Amino acid sequence: MLEALLTNPSVVVPLVGALVGVASSLVGTFLVLRGSSLLADAISHSVLLGIVLVYLVTGDQYSPFFIAGAAAVGLLTVFLTELLTRSGRVKADAAIGLVYPFLFAIAVVLINVFARNVHIDTDAVLLGEIGFSWLDTVSVGGVEVPNALMTLGAVTLLNALFVGLFYKELKLATFDPGLAAALGFSPVLLYYLLLGLTSVTAVTAFDAVGAVLLVAFIIVPPSAAYLLTDTLWKTLALGVGIAVASSLLGYLAAIWLNVSIGGTMAVCTGVFLVAAFLFGPRYGLVAQRAQRRRQQGENAARTLVVHLYNHESKEEAGRENSVSALRQHLRWDDAKVSQVTAVGREQGLITLGPKRERLFLTDAGRRLAREVWEPWRRE
Amino acid sequence: MPQPTPRHEPNLALHIEDLTVAYNDKPVLWDIDINVPPGVLAAIIGPNGAGKSTLIKAVLGLLKPSAGHIYLHGEPYAKQRRRVGYVPQRSSVDWDFPTTALDVVTMGLYGQLGWLRRPGRAARTKALSALEQVGMADYAERQISQLSGGQQQRVFLARALVQDAQVYFMDEPMAGVDATTERVIIGLLKKLREQGKTVIVVHHDLQTVATYFDFLLLLNVRLIAQGKTSEVYTAENLRAAYGGQIALLQTAQIPQTPPTVAETV
Amino acid sequence: MFEFDFTLRNVMLGAALLGVSSGVLGSFALLRQQSLLGDALAHAALPGVCLGFLLTGSREPLPIFVGALLSGALAAGFTMLLTSRSRLKTDAALGASLSIFFAFGLVLLTFIQSRSGSGQAGLEAFLFGQAAAIVPSDVRLMAVVAVAALLTVALLWKEFKLLTFDPQFAASLGFPRLPLELLLTSILAFAIVIGLQLVGVVLMAAIIIAPAAAARQWSDSLGQMVGLAALFGALAGVSGALLSASGRGLATGPLIIIAASLIALASLLFAPERGLIASAYRARGARRELEQQRVLLDMYGLAQQHSDPSYPSESGMLRALYGGSPEAQLRRLEAAGLAEHTTHVPGEGTHYRLTEAGWARAEAALNSLGHHA
Repeated sequence: MLEALLTNPSVVVPLVGALVGVASSLVGTFLVLRGSSLLADAISHSVLLGIVLVYLVTGDQYSPFFIAGAAAVGLLTVFLTELLTRSGRVKADAAIGLVYPFLFAIAVVLINVFARNVHIDTDAVLLGEIGFSWLDTVSVGGVEVPNALMTLGAVTLLNALFVGLFYKELKLATFDPGLAAALGFSPVLLYYLLLGLTSVTAVTAFDAVGAVLLVAFIIVPPSAAYLLTDTLWKTLALGVGIAVASSLLGYLAAIWLNVSIGGTMAVCTGVFLVAAFLFGPRYGLVAQRAQRRRQQGENAARTLVVHLYNHESKEEAGRENSVSALRQHLRWDDAKVSQVTAVGREQGLITLGPKRERLFLTDAGRRLAREVWEPWRRE
Repeated sequence: MPQPTPRHEPNLALHIEDLTVAYNDKPVLWDIDINVPPGVLAAIIGPNGAGKSTLIKAVLGLLKPSAGHIYLHGEPYAKQRRRVGYVPQRSSVDWDFPTTALDVVTMGLYGQLGWLRRPGRAARTKALSALEQVGMADYAERQISQLSGGQQQRVFLARALVQDAQVYFMDEPMAGVDATTERVIIGLLKKLREQGKTVIVVHHDLQTVATYFDFLLLLNVRLIAQGKTSEVYTAENLRAAYGGQIALLQTAQIPQTPPTVAETV
Repeated sequence: MFEFDFTLRNVMLGAALLGVSSGVLGSFALLRQQSLLGDALAHAALPGVCLGFLLTGSREPLPIFVGALLSGALAAGFTMLLTSRSRLKTDAALGASLSIFFAFGLVLLTFIQSRSGSGQAGLEAFLFGQAAAIVPSDVRLMAVVAVAALLTVALLWKEFKLLTFDPQFAASLGFPRLPLELLLTSILAFAIVIGLQLVGVVLMAAIIIAPAAAARQWSDSLGQMVGLAALFGALAGVSGALLSASGRGLATGPLIIIAASLIALASLLFAPERGLIASAYRARGARRELEQQRVLLDMYGLAQQHSDPSYPSESGMLRALYGGSPEAQLRRLEAAGLAEHTTHVPGEGTHYRLTEAGWARAEAALNSLGHHA
């Protein structure tokens, strides 16, 4: 029964995708929040060099050294990038763009020269072969379990453990590294641990989704989650949820359309991002637009009362506090003038003079103007 | 529709009426009216976030106001570009850019040159003489990242000088500069005033404001006061402009009714 | 070693053209701190390439070129929209749109493959570049684009320079900031898209950044930097093409990137002014000078206390003042004729006194310190 499930591609493949997604977005959340997303891009490319080097040295396709090699090269990438940035000769973004293509290109050439037609071919490097992830199995207590499930399950657990154990420290180090250092946590160590885990995740997920798609799994679900909530644990949870949902939906869509499974999963994370960007409750474009419109209306009304307040006690009041002054001095067009005065009257902020030309503040309007005018007087 | 208003208040170097400016829909300047006569050395002062830089950027058309209008010597800015000089904040550019002091100064002439035309020998001569005026002639060919902060600021000033403008806007030219540079700058500003030009400067140092400037604009989101320094530089106005922050100021030098106990917000 | 055949000529020409245009435009991207925009544009070109192929059913360069350009522009727009209208930072927006667009391209690629049987479309070449697939019409397109890009930069040199250095000032002078920025980004996209066949989408970032970053180390003038970047770009392109033609079936793209990266690495290390080795050397010299001066001033201080310009300072005393071993500095001072050693009292350590030149140097140093303070 279990074995049947574990050798069924339509169970294993989406499960592998989900595990990649969960493991990636756990570490990705902190990278996105720290503003280091592109290091994920760099790492997920350059771990290939680690894989190739370990393969060339050990000649083994499945070796625990892969993890070590990948972690080492991943951290080397980060280290070189920071070294270049700190030298002041190039900016941080250029440093990333110099380091990772170099390491990745070396890896590709090494594959070309030494390892052609073996396990690692260059297309798989970029694209992964999640569709075949159910084929390689190991026997665990007599049950054949796909390799990918084992390794990815372990890495997911590891990442979850890391985030769970160091939740407080990660939170502090992400939002206020200075304070974290002052309190005696080492944000640098934590940061390198995080990037080490990112490298380990990358190497484990490499077979399944390849370098570029992995970037989507690391960056996109946390980004989408970040647009939906303000709380760190909710960002983590939503990121994980989005990653899992993308894997399942992506799998179904890919089978239906007969296209790249990993690619479709990554596209699905993108769909979630776009949806969050458009329809997120507070930060979504639609919500923002409504908010803007409200704000603009409010601002226009406030501009009007402030203008009237500013001039009402001076001798030019007759000239300034009139409908025509709004056109000539505030440079508002007729439509805006009539709209704003209508809103102002509706809200009881202003009254119109007998000839519908002079404008007068009501007490409420004066109160609002004073609030804007001298905000420091407010409680 | 806005009516065409030819040559509106031509006798004022800067005339602003009912200006409201919003950043991301949050107003940072409310209903500002400003009238600066020509030939003054004016300081814009006010606390952080008072909208000082915003005011300058709005005047130069770098930000779109949500209400109000702005005239320079009777014309809107778009028609007066050639008569306006601008010194942005020094920190607004990357000084590691591969170029020399002389080249940066020459950039002040790009507007006059117009599209496509390259600066020639005449431009070079002008730029060199501007560098000389700020005491930087020896540094003309120096890479700009090798200049000290004060020297960089003087290069920016020289760039504004070659614009040969009637009205100058300078955003914190004396922030974080050495004493020599501050002397050079203030000497130059006074020379510009003697030539009948108008100089409007965002200034942060209340200690020196009364000695350097003869016209003040006190700003804190709204205009608190404007006019001759002798009339406007009062404890009452400063308190209004700085709110509770007045506690931080040395009040001894401020004339007339010094604040008794500073308000704390 | 290799035959200088027709294909190779095409490849070399194409690689040189690509190197020149990406060097020139990369310089502006680097200085505007938009280095990785090129990366995003390249990755995002993939769906456009596939759509161009899908719509025309052929590998004609023009539709693919247009498709790549359009999807690159779409991705750049999406990135800008995300950064300006959401709370995501630039890095996340860039990474997200890069990977999503690439993933979509991949989906299209597999769709094409499943429709047309095997990978006969040859679009995989766009991943790492496939120089052998370059035909003369590709090279012609590359030449047209490169010349157009260079002409634009030459014509608008002054404007682009000002825009890159001080966009606010440029706007205050009346130069339209947004259109100029769009123009600069579009020609960058042009250069990237023509390079896809050679270098591939994955490694494109480096051919934009590396020649420019290398050139920046050698020169402090924008004109020279841009010229050098073009040269370095061409050099990387040609050497990559030659290496890959030398047999062994090495992909051209990665070789071009390695060549460009090595040029950048060498420049970062060995450039005379900004090079890391030169500046480390200078820093060491300055440090040594400072240490030497400290010992000199210690001796001066002791001499002053004893009102004797040629007061012999005992080396143990100097050691205490210096807080370390001053011997090396003393030897250097002696070699420079600023100090000399004397034998004072037997049983005590060596004694040193200032020469006249040393005395003058110490006073000069104190004066200049006082001047700066």
